[in-house]
Amino acid sequence: MWLWFHKLASPPHAYRLLGKMAPWFGWPALAMMLLATWWGLVKAPADYQQGDAFRILYVHAPSAWMSMFIYVVMAVAAAVGLIWRIKLAHAAAAAAAPIGASFTFLALATGSIWGKPMWGTWWVWDARLTSELILLFLYLGYMALRSSFDDPQRADRASAVLAIVGVINVPIIHYSVEWWTTLHQPASVTKLDKPSIAMEMLYPLFIMIVGFQLYFGWAISRRLRGEILRRERNASWLKEGG
Amino acid sequence: MSRAATTAAARLVFRRDLTLAWRRWDEVAQPLIFYVVVTTLFPLATTPDLSQLRVISGGVVWVAALLASLLALESLFRSDVEDGTMEQWVLSGQPLGWLLLAKVASHWVLTGLPLVIMAPVVGTALGLPFDAWGALIASLLLGTATLSILGGIGAALTVGVRRGSVLLSLLVLPLAMPLLIFGSRAVGMAMDGDSPVGPLQLLAAIFFLTLSLGPLAMSAAIRISVEN
Amino acid sequence: MDVSEFLKMGGYAEYVWSAYGLTALVLLLNWSAARRREAQEQASARRRTGAD
Repeated sequence: MWLWFHKLASPPHAYRLLGKMAPWFGWPALAMMLLATWWGLVKAPADYQQGDAFRILYVHAPSAWMSMFIYVVMAVAAAVGLIWRIKLAHAAAAAAAPIGASFTFLALATGSIWGKPMWGTWWVWDARLTSELILLFLYLGYMALRSSFDDPQRADRASAVLAIVGVINVPIIHYSVEWWTTLHQPASVTKLDKPSIAMEMLYPLFIMIVGFQLYFGWAISRRLRGEILRRERNASWLKEGG
Repeated sequence: MSRAATTAAARLVFRRDLTLAWRRWDEVAQPLIFYVVVTTLFPLATTPDLSQLRVISGGVVWVAALLASLLALESLFRSDVEDGTMEQWVLSGQPLGWLLLAKVASHWVLTGLPLVIMAPVVGTALGLPFDAWGALIASLLLGTATLSILGGIGAALTVGVRRGSVLLSLLVLPLAMPLLIFGSRAVGMAMDGDSPVGPLQLLAAIFFLTLSLGPLAMSAAIRISVEN
Repeated sequence: MDVSEFLKMGGYAEYVWSAYGLTALVLLLNWSAARRREAQEQASARRRTGAD
């Protein structure tokens, strides 16, 4: 079992494996996302209160989910890299960050777009949007710290510490922001929540999440391959062709 | 290394830093002056009406304390890293976390504590009522202490980076937002006549969590910054 | 349901379509960025080993 794990962590092996895996993520991802889009826009009925605007949920909620999921993946990869000194894990964390930041941006943008017809303004200090905003700051800080080092090893390890410190803070941030908004929220404002809706209306949501997860699998496989090539500049296995 | 030796070393670090700072007290005074100046900006930018300022007074004092603390944190480890002292500590075999914590503690006494002491004064200038002083001082004591440790982690990570102070703020501010929320909420509740115990307890919980895990992160970060 | 009704999205057309459009755009940008990065690194690796 350890042998397999060690083999996996070796760059040339990982590079080839990721290359083979990528299309197995990519095509199903596309299929799932298209299915979810059709289901969410066409098949699912409009919401009683929010009408067709409610369909934005099917891109907003999965984006928010992915933004948090990827942050945890990033932090776990960083921890593995730091504790067991596996360079590939650091590379995975580096590869994941821009994808996670993109989903965070999407969650914020679609949340804001959804908020306009619902609340009348482009931005509301709602618990979830505010937490997402802070999450975006955490991603940006991570990427900024990485790019501020010339030494790649130092960049890997310093940003790993930051990612771990950040992930411990995420539940604290969530809780404090939620508590803060429940204190200030006037009773008349409708929360940007998943309304209590029928199961049939949730199917496109789940399918979209699956689609996004597969997309993440594809994207990180490709980015990680690029990272491996960049880090293994002078390695001999490159010369043998792969 | 024995427990007694570690405590002695930590105490030595603590006293050394205080003595050094005493000779350069203008460096200590600058964050404090910045603090007062920033709080002055708010009535100038909004309104001189105390009854209106009172509403945001707790928040403004807190934000100013946050920014002033961040200003002071950038130089926390720099001189020791530059002159090689930090490398000695890493190699010394003493538990690095304790030494760093001693450094953070002395830094807090020099920068955080004065902010807390000045807080009722600047708060009153913004219309903060006397009833809220207790909540203000308690929340800032916990908050600035937590922030010193969080800032210590950030400073340890960015110690070799050029223009590290902006990066430091970018890294530490999101982590400090819960402190800000609970701290200013405690003051707000005290002003409304409610008990501020809830948010204060949360601040205390965050402080103890940071106190137990912070030194670990700091020593990991310092080792990364110092090793070649 | 006919196509024009579908496109209007019950009056919320600009919101729903911009949300979905933005999602598609971001995913597309990530897709092309990932592919481009990988291709760049492959090209530079080939150049280096070819020159040896």
